[in-house]
Amino acid sequence: MLWSVLAGFILAPLALLPAGPAARWRGWFQALLPLGLTLYFLGRLGAVAGGQVLIAHQSWVPGLGVDLAFYLDGLSLLFALLITGVGTLVMAYAGAYLHGHPQQGRFFFWLTLFMASMLGLVLAGNVLTLFIFWELTSLTSFFLIGFDHQREAARQAAMQALLVTALGGAALLAGLLVLGQAAGGYDFATFLSRGEVLRAHPWYLAGLLLVLGGAFTKSAQVPFHFWLPSAMEAPTPVSAYLHSVTMVKAGVYLLARLHPVLGGTPAWFWLLTGFGGATLLTGAWLALRQSDMKRILAYTTVSALGGLVLLLGVGSEAALHAALVYLLAHALYKGALFLTAGAVDHAAGSRDVNQLRGLARPLPLLAAAATAAALSMAGLPPLLGFLAKEALYRAALAAPVAGLLTALAWTSGVLLVAAALLLVARPFFAAPRTPRADLHAPTPALWLGPLLLAGGGLLCGLAPGLVNRPLLAAAGAAVTGGPPVPLDLALWHGVDAVLLLGLLTLAAGVALYVNLGRLARVPALWRGAPGWGTARLYELGVAALYGLARRQTRILQSGYLRHYILTLVGFAVGLTALTLVSRGLSPSLPGLAELRLFEGAVALMILCGALFAVFSPSRLSAVVAMGTIGYGVALIFVEFGAPDLAMTQFVIETMTVILFVLSIHRLPTYLPRSSRLVQGRDALLAIAAGGLMTLLMLLVLEAGGGSRVAEFFAEQTWPAAHGRDIVNVILVDFRAMDTLGEIAVLTLAGVGVHALLRLRSKAGEN
Amino acid sequence: METLLAIIVGVLFGAGVYLMLRRTPVKLVIGLALLSNAVNLLIFTAAGLTRARPPLVPVDALRPEGVTADPLPQALILTAIVISFGLLAFTLVLFRRAYEVLGTRDIDEMQGGGP
Repeated sequence: MLWSVLAGFILAPLALLPAGPAARWRGWFQALLPLGLTLYFLGRLGAVAGGQVLIAHQSWVPGLGVDLAFYLDGLSLLFALLITGVGTLVMAYAGAYLHGHPQQGRFFFWLTLFMASMLGLVLAGNVLTLFIFWELTSLTSFFLIGFDHQREAARQAAMQALLVTALGGAALLAGLLVLGQAAGGYDFATFLSRGEVLRAHPWYLAGLLLVLGGAFTKSAQVPFHFWLPSAMEAPTPVSAYLHSVTMVKAGVYLLARLHPVLGGTPAWFWLLTGFGGATLLTGAWLALRQSDMKRILAYTTVSALGGLVLLLGVGSEAALHAALVYLLAHALYKGALFLTAGAVDHAAGSRDVNQLRGLARPLPLLAAAATAAALSMAGLPPLLGFLAKEALYRAALAAPVAGLLTALAWTSGVLLVAAALLLVARPFFAAPRTPRADLHAPTPALWLGPLLLAGGGLLCGLAPGLVNRPLLAAAGAAVTGGPPVPLDLALWHGVDAVLLLGLLTLAAGVALYVNLGRLARVPALWRGAPGWGTARLYELGVAALYGLARRQTRILQSGYLRHYILTLVGFAVGLTALTLVSRGLSPSLPGLAELRLFEGAVALMILCGALFAVFSPSRLSAVVAMGTIGYGVALIFVEFGAPDLAMTQFVIETMTVILFVLSIHRLPTYLPRSSRLVQGRDALLAIAAGGLMTLLMLLVLEAGGGSRVAEFFAEQTWPAAHGRDIVNVILVDFRAMDTLGEIAVLTLAGVGVHALLRLRSKAGEN
Repeated sequence: METLLAIIVGVLFGAGVYLMLRRTPVKLVIGLALLSNAVNLLIFTAAGLTRARPPLVPVDALRPEGVTADPLPQALILTAIVISFGLLAFTLVLFRRAYEVLGTRDIDEMQGGGP
């Protein structure tokens, strides 16, 4: 099981290899991995249906107690099969969709990585492992949405999706940590068995809210739904795979997984049904206002995700079972519809439902797939969508606030019927205004995916037993936390309230579709202010962030050297002074008694030199003052037993003065003095800095100095290094590497000086 | 003497900072020189002043006789003196070059098309 997840990560780079003439087979080639994985997971059906939970452990960061743990039960298996099965079709489809695209390899690389991450997410057996794969899906999704990175819109959509889901991810991490602490373990084996403890824990509500923050952003619940329609900038295979079948369902997966532990409380019920219900309705309503096929599908996906969250919120066995059927049905029909939309775009060059007409004749296979899928979406028998819708109504009717929930479900059902008609009726079956000859027939890879997915929906509707006992019952056991019970998936329940509701839905939906044109003319309904809502809030937030960055850059990065020095010295002085004051330190004045005349004279020389360097109006005299200071320092070295330093200082100081004097006629003369205010400010800072240094040094002297290794050098200099000047021996022997570095720095400076001088002479010659 | 040296370090430091805050390149470089002198003196003094003998091993001995000055800060300062000379020389030539190319004697205007 470990390798089924890692395989994707290991094999993904293969896609980056140049394929040459074999590039046209790349899609089929890439489909081999998900196909193999599908077969692997199909092979696990028997064991999982028998109630087994397969667990794999791999020690990862033992110090932190984080294991790479995997866990396969019915729920994981349902998702894993969707990911690998739909993945196979999407890979093959993408090969044809991106036929001849120069960046095909990169696309497959990220798509394979995504598939592996998503697989890791649903197979994770540890909340931390789950979080890591969760973030990986956000990241790979970013690269896939922004695949056409030359387009501004694609880049922005990618950034938006990443920001929204990553912020949710941060909340999720916090929530998982809170809950993990409360449960006393991060492994599913402990975590999932501590429901009683968790629900009674004082941190329960905080943890729940944080986890919901993650799940709701990922699964595009209102008010975070806006990123999903924007993400339609991605190539269609990505929209089909990530943004309808797999990634956006990660939030639903998480909620389903956590339901046995966190569910059943009033907070869970109201939060999930509230947000889910709002999303269910908003998505379905907004879908009708679109004309781009992909955007219609995106909004209906939002609606479906809301429905799933709603059902998980209701939490009765009927509702949870309904959620699973709905999940499967939606994956099949939405995947088929997305892939059809892409194929239509590929063949006819448009996805606009108002412009496309009469495609059924030139594209019969696609039309069949689209029709079957749309009927499933509308909830017509004998498709799986019908069973899903019936289960939804049945669960809503039996739920605590039955009236409200049923009304919600019914209204959105009506809207979805209209949306389904909008998608297929005119584009495929209306008589074309002009016969189109420019359609190019889709290759098998383009129609195979939609046809198989739509066919799957039909097959599962006709023979629900195929998926019921082996798959859905085991998944249901994982979500309810009870024993596996086969779902009630009969096409015919007799004449009851649910059937009536269904018939009413269809009738109202068709009526709505017929009157859609009239409705669109009511501006209050249709144009509904785009200036409000969280999408606008997001824009404002991003703009504010950029504004803040610009402003603080302008303040902190003024581009004036003086300002940087001012800031640095000012902060250093201020913070050090603060520390000194808070510690209440005051120095003594050592060594004044034994002052010698010679030393006093040298000190006076240095002080005069410093003042002269600052106040002299002439450059040359300032340089002389600088030299005087240097020689004064050298004399101090002589006085206090450092002849090596004194010699070096004399030589260097002389060279510095010579360098200055040689360069001075090529250097600019003094500028006029700054204003008194600036001078005063700088003087104040300089005096503060100087005073602080004096104070610090007196404090240091009080603490006592001297290196502890002096004795070692005294002992070892002659026996170990055969030198008599200890300072020299330290430089060339004990700390030779240090000196080597110094020589390198000096050489670089020399090369720099030389280069700058040469540059000048060349420019002069020209 | 220590107190006096502490004052000298403070004055050199203050003078160095003041000069570095000016807009004339020469003043900035001189300020840099004063600053490096101040720092060298600081290390030297902080390590403990002694009027004792320099740290040398006499010709016929295995180790220095009696008390000598601490050799380690001296070695560090020696490195610092040489490095700061390299820095100074490079800064000086850089300003000279900037003056030639940009034709301004004001550091504030030497932004070379930057932000």
